[in-house]
Amino acid sequence: MEIKYQKTKGLTDKPLTYCPGCIHGIIHKLVAESLEELGVLGRTVGVASVGCSVFSYEFFNCDMIQAPHGRACAEATGIKRVRPDNIVFTYQGDGDLASIGIAETIHAANRGENITVIFINNAIYGMTGGQMAPTTLIGQKTTTSPDGRDRVHHGNPIKISEMFQNIDGVAYLERVTAVDPKHVLKAKKAIKKAFQYQIEGRGFSMVEVVSSCPVNWGMTPIKAMEWIKSDMLPVYPLGLFRDRGENNG
Amino acid sequence: MAKILMKGNEAIALAAIKGGVDAFFGYPITPQNEIPEYLSKHMLAHQKVFLQAESEVAAINMVYGAASTGARVMTSSSSPGIALKQEGISYMAGAQLPAVIVSVMRGGPGLGGIQPSQADYYQATRGGGNGDYHLIVFAPETIQETVDIMKQSFDIADCYRNPVLVLVDGLIGQMMESIDLDREVPKRTIPEKTYAVTGTDNHVGRNIINSLYLDPVELERHNILLKEKYDRIKQAETRYELIGMDDAEYVIVAYGTMARIVRSALETLKQNQIKVGLIRPITLWPYPQEAFDQIPKTCKGILCAEMSMGQMLDDVLISVNGRFPVGFFGRSGGMVPDPEEVVQSIMSFTERVVK
Repeated sequence: MEIKYQKTKGLTDKPLTYCPGCIHGIIHKLVAESLEELGVLGRTVGVASVGCSVFSYEFFNCDMIQAPHGRACAEATGIKRVRPDNIVFTYQGDGDLASIGIAETIHAANRGENITVIFINNAIYGMTGGQMAPTTLIGQKTTTSPDGRDRVHHGNPIKISEMFQNIDGVAYLERVTAVDPKHVLKAKKAIKKAFQYQIEGRGFSMVEVVSSCPVNWGMTPIKAMEWIKSDMLPVYPLGLFRDRGENNG
Repeated sequence: MAKILMKGNEAIALAAIKGGVDAFFGYPITPQNEIPEYLSKHMLAHQKVFLQAESEVAAINMVYGAASTGARVMTSSSSPGIALKQEGISYMAGAQLPAVIVSVMRGGPGLGGIQPSQADYYQATRGGGNGDYHLIVFAPETIQETVDIMKQSFDIADCYRNPVLVLVDGLIGQMMESIDLDREVPKRTIPEKTYAVTGTDNHVGRNIINSLYLDPVELERHNILLKEKYDRIKQAETRYELIGMDDAEYVIVAYGTMARIVRSALETLKQNQIKVGLIRPITLWPYPQEAFDQIPKTCKGILCAEMSMGQMLDDVLISVNGRFPVGFFGRSGGMVPDPEEVVQSIMSFTERVVK
């Protein structure tokens, strides 16, 4: 019998520990498939961050290192600088990348570090139990903004892709989501392209994935997907922000 | 090779290259800037990595990343900068990664000052990072000794898969001395780096560098393994020097720059017919407690001398364990005492002990 579909070699057999309805699992699969299809799994080193994806080192079937909170891009820089032939990626949430780790991320991007960053933006701190993130929407209730995020008191949702599109070291930057099969396929294409750019030595590549947190949003998984479309995407519009393409300069 | 005259910080940098450093990540701070400046000039020529990070926090995490691949990695900084590196240092101790960290101490707390100080003894030996861990801490007193230790430090870090801290002060960093860079240092057999994350094409199975153990049973087991390692380090790596201990009536304990000053003071004290010995710890962790077992019965008191308000004093009191009266002499904030001050302090100490 012909095998039409099987689990990617890019993931281990360890059952995922993410909450029901969370789309981390889908993104893990897309990253893992991309690495396998590009034939680089055996020379990849991944950097897990702190947050819900802290255990991603148990799921990605490649060498992994677990970084302190926010520092993944610094670890990735250290790895890539001493081993430029390795494919190096980070997998970070919005608390890790957009809050505590924004300096490390901006400077890695600005240096044009030839690494790939997978950035999961679900507008909340998931692992610690639903606190406000820098990406939390105005009016969104969290355990540390119980009356909803207030523009005057808390400031505005931080738009990472909009910020990073003007950084010269960025070779490729796209914001995607995974709310339905159509968008999952688009996300896969973006993630694979980001790794392809790294293989070609073009510089810093990042894919922002607008994601969900049904548990801490207090929604069913289906409602959470609808909320991404109705509330998150107007603030975090999908699209290609930067593509240096053939121009390596 | 003939001796050459070299500034401490530059000698540290050159000794690191001779010690086999593969990569340096750092951030500017006085009084250690000549280390990254020298390496920025010379690392590329040796096909090695030099990168100025955006912060001390980033620098130590780049060290963590590069060390996880099995590379020999180094950073250097000074007091407030070392404070910022504590997070990464704790992670490296937890994940059992080798690295060499050079700390060129200045006065504190806070932004403090930029003059030589020994006020980071606690920072070096008591952590600052979280958790049950130790660094192997060397405190050389001359540029020659610093160079010799730097050349061995990468081997020592590799042998134990543990960060090594080379602790000097701004005086050693900034002064010039005549040194022999090619003086022989002991060579060690380095265990194969089977832990290195280099891609699964390069080894059997998957390698993971990690310090996270959510199960307390596992974390305690991990801590017990680390403790066993630290005990091995205590057994094998404790270093100290004893000077003039025979029939000593008083013993001074001092390290680094302060030990040099005490050496000069010993000459004057000898002329004054007072027999004073010196215990000079070379490793601050592990602390040379056994040196205190060699204090002669003729001893009437111990004086701990530091360029701080009294930090190593804790370890002196622990090591003396009530056997002798203990006094303290210290200058702080970047004030470097002259030998005469040490002489005066031991004279007044003898009066107090006699009373």
